[in-house]
Amino acid sequence: MAKKILLEKDHIEGIKSYEVYRQNGGYASVEKILAGVNPDDIVEEVKTSGLRGRGGAGFPAGLKWSFVDKKSGKPRHLVCNADESEPGTFKDRYVMERIPHLLIEGMICSSYAIGANLSYIYIRGEYMWVFYILENAIKEAYAAGWLGKNIKNSGFDLDLYVHCGAGAYICGEETALIESLEGKRGNPRIKPPFPAISGLWGNPTVVNNVETIASVPWIILNSGEDYAKIGVGKSTGTKLISASGHIKNPGVYEIELGLPVEEFLHSDEYLGGMIDDRPLKAVVPGGSSVPVMTADLFYKTAEGTPRLMTYESLAEGGFATGSMLGSGGFIVYNDSSCMVRNTWNFSRFYHHESCGQCSPCREGTAWMQKVLYKLEHGLGTMDDIDLLWDIQSKIEGNTICPLGDAAAWPVASAIRHFRNEFEYHVRFPEKVKNRNHFAIEPFQKAEATI
Amino acid sequence: MIFQKENTEVSFGAELRERIQELLSHYPEDKKKSALLPVLHAVQDAHQNWLSVGCMDKVAEILEIKPIEVYEVATFYSMYNLRPIGKTMFEFCQTSPCCLRGAEDLMDYTCSKLNINLGETTQDGQFTVKGVECLGACGYAPMMQVGDIYHENLTQEKIDELLTRYQS
Repeated sequence: MAKKILLEKDHIEGIKSYEVYRQNGGYASVEKILAGVNPDDIVEEVKTSGLRGRGGAGFPAGLKWSFVDKKSGKPRHLVCNADESEPGTFKDRYVMERIPHLLIEGMICSSYAIGANLSYIYIRGEYMWVFYILENAIKEAYAAGWLGKNIKNSGFDLDLYVHCGAGAYICGEETALIESLEGKRGNPRIKPPFPAISGLWGNPTVVNNVETIASVPWIILNSGEDYAKIGVGKSTGTKLISASGHIKNPGVYEIELGLPVEEFLHSDEYLGGMIDDRPLKAVVPGGSSVPVMTADLFYKTAEGTPRLMTYESLAEGGFATGSMLGSGGFIVYNDSSCMVRNTWNFSRFYHHESCGQCSPCREGTAWMQKVLYKLEHGLGTMDDIDLLWDIQSKIEGNTICPLGDAAAWPVASAIRHFRNEFEYHVRFPEKVKNRNHFAIEPFQKAEATI
Repeated sequence: MIFQKENTEVSFGAELRERIQELLSHYPEDKKKSALLPVLHAVQDAHQNWLSVGCMDKVAEILEIKPIEVYEVATFYSMYNLRPIGKTMFEFCQTSPCCLRGAEDLMDYTCSKLNINLGETTQDGQFTVKGVECLGACGYAPMMQVGDIYHENLTQEKIDELLTRYQS
C-alpha cells in the first residue's frame, strides 16, 4: 500500500469537523512547534524534506521560505494559493472540501516558520461552497484557540482569513494573486522584487499552493529526512494527481513520486485503464500548460526507459520528447480525440485568460486561437500550420509571467507530435466541417500521412 | 455600453452592510481596498446577481476609493455580471477535459431544449446558458455550475431533471 500523507484520514467519517479532526491527531504539529521549536529550524526541516511547490512550478518550498526578508521589520504574510484553475487540476479543492483543518494546520505551522501574523487563503470565486467550508473551519479553529492572539499561551499571534477571487486564471500566478488580494485587476508584477522581499502591501510575503502547505504538518511531526525517503531523487514525498479524460476511474489520487506511469494508468488501484479498453492516443500529464505527449513517448522516454511519475522522468528528453509533472493535472485521450480541436480549445482558454498586459500574449493568444479555429473548422491552409508555429515561438519567453509560455507549449507540442492531424484538417476539410464535438472518427493514420 | 444603470435609488440593506463590515475587518484598517472582490460578491448576491453602476459607486464610497477603481476590477473578473441575467444561469465548463466526456453535446442538448443559442437567455428570463472555462471538476465531467452549486457527472436525464427543478 502506498504511503499517504495528505489523504491518510480523508475517509474518516466527519473529518471535516474540528472535533473529529482533533480526535484523530489534528493540530499535533502546532502543539509540537509552539512548545518551543525555533522557526528557522522548521525552514531547515522543510528544506531537508525536498518538498517542492505543488502548484506546478516545483520550486523547493524550504528555499522559498528562506528568502523571506526577516530583517526589514515589516510585517510578513503567508498567502495560500487556492486559485486552482489549471485545466485538468482539481486536487486542492478535494483537500479543502474534505479535510479543511489540514490546510489550516499547515497554514499555522508555515506562518510560524516565516514569522507571519496575518495570513490569507486566496480561493477561486467559483469554489464558493469550499469558501464557506473554510470560513466555517477557520471559525472553529479560532474557537478552539488555534488562531488569534497568543495562541495557546505561546506568545505567537496569527490571524487567518479566506479571500475569494472572482474568476481569473491569471490570479494563480503569485504576483497577480497578490494584486488581486489588494483589490486590483490580476496583472502580474515584474520580478524582481520577488514577493519574499516585497509582496502583499509591499511586505515580505510567501505564496504557496494548498498541497504544499498541507504537507508541512506531516514533515513537522515526522521529519524532513523521513519525507525525503519517500520518492525518487529530487522528487521527494507524495503528490496529488487529478485524473480526467478517457479513463475508467477519474478522480484525485495521492501517489508516491516514482510510481511508473504505466502502473498509474492501468492498475485497478489507480486509474483502471482506458474506457472500453480503447487505445491510448495522448496524455497531458501536468495540466493544460505542459506539452502533450504521444502514447509511445508517455510510456517510455526516447531512450526506451520506462517513465515514472516524477518531475525529472516526465521531463526527460526536454520538450522534444518529454513534458512536465506540473500541477499533476493528468488528462488522458483515447484514439477518438481530435488533437486539433483540443489545441484550439486550450488556445481559447489562454486567450480568454490572458490579462492583456504584454503584447505577445494578448495579441498572440488571440491570433493563435483564430488560426486554430480556422484549421479545426476545415478553413485552414498548410501555411496556417507554419504561421501557428511562428506565433507560438514568439510568445514563449517574451512575457512578464509564464501564461505566455503556458499558451505556447500546448500549441508547439501538438504541432510537433500531431502535425499529420493538422495537415489532415487542411486536406480533408469536409471531414471536419460542421462538427460541434470533440470526437473524430478513429484517425486514419495512413490517410493522414499520405 | 458595458455598464447598465438602475432606475431606482440603490440602497444596501442592514444585512448586507453588516456583511461588508465583517469583510472589512479581515484587512488592516488602511487597506480597505483589499476587500473589494469579496464585497462585490456580497453586493452582487444581494442585487439579483448583477452589479449596476449605482451599486459599484456605493462600494467605492464604502471602501473610500474612486469609482473607476471598482469599474476596472468589475470588468476584469468574469464572475461579475454587469447587466441583468436570467433567473437561473447554467454555466457549462467547456474546457477540454469536460469536452472529452461529452460537454459539447450536452450544451447543444440543453440549448435546443430551451430553444436558445449558447450565451443567450430564454424569452421569459428564466434561463441563461453559458460556456465557461475550466471550473476544476475535470474528474466529474461533464459538469455545470448553477449559482454556488456544482452539478457533476451530468447526463441528458439529469439535465431534464434540473430544468424542471429550476423552472419552479
